[in-house]
Amino acid sequence: MSTVRIKLPTHLRRLAGVDGLVELAIDGAVTQCAVLDALEHRHPQLRGTVRDPSTGRRRPFVRFFACEQDLSHDAPDHPLPAPVAAGTEPFLVVGAMAGG
Amino acid sequence: MSRVRVLVGTRKGAFILTADGTRSRWDVSGPHFPGWEIYHVAGSPAEPERLFASQSGGWFGQVIQRSDDGGTSWAPVGNTFAYEGADEDGVPGTHQWYDGTPHPWEFARVWHLEPSATDPDTVLAGVEDAALFRSTDGGGSWTELSGLRGHGSGPHWQPGAGGLCLHTILPDPRDPARMTVAISAAGAFRTDDDGATWRPVNRGLRSDGIPDTDAEVGHCVHNLALHPSRPDTLFMQKHWDVMRSDDGGGKWYEISGDLPTDFGFPIDVHAHEPDTVYVVPITSDSEHFPPEGRLRVYRSRSGGHEWEPLTKGLPQEHCYVNVLRDAMAVDSLDTCGVYFGTTGGQVYASADAGERWEPIVRDLPAVLSVEVQTLP
Repeated sequence: MSTVRIKLPTHLRRLAGVDGLVELAIDGAVTQCAVLDALEHRHPQLRGTVRDPSTGRRRPFVRFFACEQDLSHDAPDHPLPAPVAAGTEPFLVVGAMAGG
Repeated sequence: MSRVRVLVGTRKGAFILTADGTRSRWDVSGPHFPGWEIYHVAGSPAEPERLFASQSGGWFGQVIQRSDDGGTSWAPVGNTFAYEGADEDGVPGTHQWYDGTPHPWEFARVWHLEPSATDPDTVLAGVEDAALFRSTDGGGSWTELSGLRGHGSGPHWQPGAGGLCLHTILPDPRDPARMTVAISAAGAFRTDDDGATWRPVNRGLRSDGIPDTDAEVGHCVHNLALHPSRPDTLFMQKHWDVMRSDDGGGKWYEISGDLPTDFGFPIDVHAHEPDTVYVVPITSDSEHFPPEGRLRVYRSRSGGHEWEPLTKGLPQEHCYVNVLRDAMAVDSLDTCGVYFGTTGGQVYASADAGERWEPIVRDLPAVLSVEVQTLP
């Protein structure tokens, strides 16, 4: 069992009704998919906001960062960096810089 | 004393404006959902404290919010809008893209919410790409009324500049199985069997922007309105032309009459006078602002043809805002109130059917929609 910390953008923190980081217990491999499944299970109001509900894929203007790396284009079942799985570094869900 | 609650959707949040029956002093709450585009906020006629809001954005998609206390608190409900008829690749058919090539139907956002007049748990949603969905559990889950897209002309529908959107839902107050919807840029469509089957109702419309000017579908209808006492009479603001039908859309005829321009977006009907109609003329499809920089609501008291400008309290110089299709509404107090919002962030109210106007607020984000609830 791993405890992963997720940092959400302001819009999604408000939607989920949370302050600060979200801590999630992950059973098994710590992947993007496992983390997002656990996030949506804890906060079902976030379903469809990070991943398109019809395709299951990351929305175009959402990015995933951790450990100073852009993980947005990694396969959803690819293991996240060890410091994320260890809970020492957060997994960042980021709204891309765009628009006005 | 009766009250009114004005529900305002903007580019950056929702606002709720409330006043007593005098409509002279307003309380403003908001922004609700700050930073999000709120295409529409609508109250349930059956349970007026129940509100629905369409919250969307380019980053995080579509959220539907529901309030059961008149907008004091909100909770997200269902936001899955899955088109019927998807093939093994998940593609639920195609419509035409701007260049006339086939394009898969893709959900983008909810433009309009239409709560049932009788059941607080039932609400319709008009969406982009154009389709109609219904929830019977208070917004928890949504099912497409797929007979609309599937009636035959759907593959030929083409988007207008704002997208291929179903933006107007007009239930017939006499008959819950009957309603008319409007789609840009496909036209008006009617069902008589609660959404199972549909037919285009566009005869009499002419649009210069399409190859066959009087085609059965392809017209950019901007908005429809009716008076509950006379539901066979429909009023339409088309891309160009203000139109009327006296047989539920069977045949349309033009009532633009002496308007300074017949381009515009919203159209609405006085709460107590079925022949009193309001429009906001806009210069043209390339100049989305009032003619001569003068913001004028036009009122016809004869069901069209003859129109009078209503200007008292509205800016009569240097005004270059637009009024979008869902941004006008009326209350049903004894002296009918009329309300509209602008892309400049003003919400204007008239407590005397349009004779005089005052801004309730002046500096909101661009207003996308205005609805009014008349409360006991």
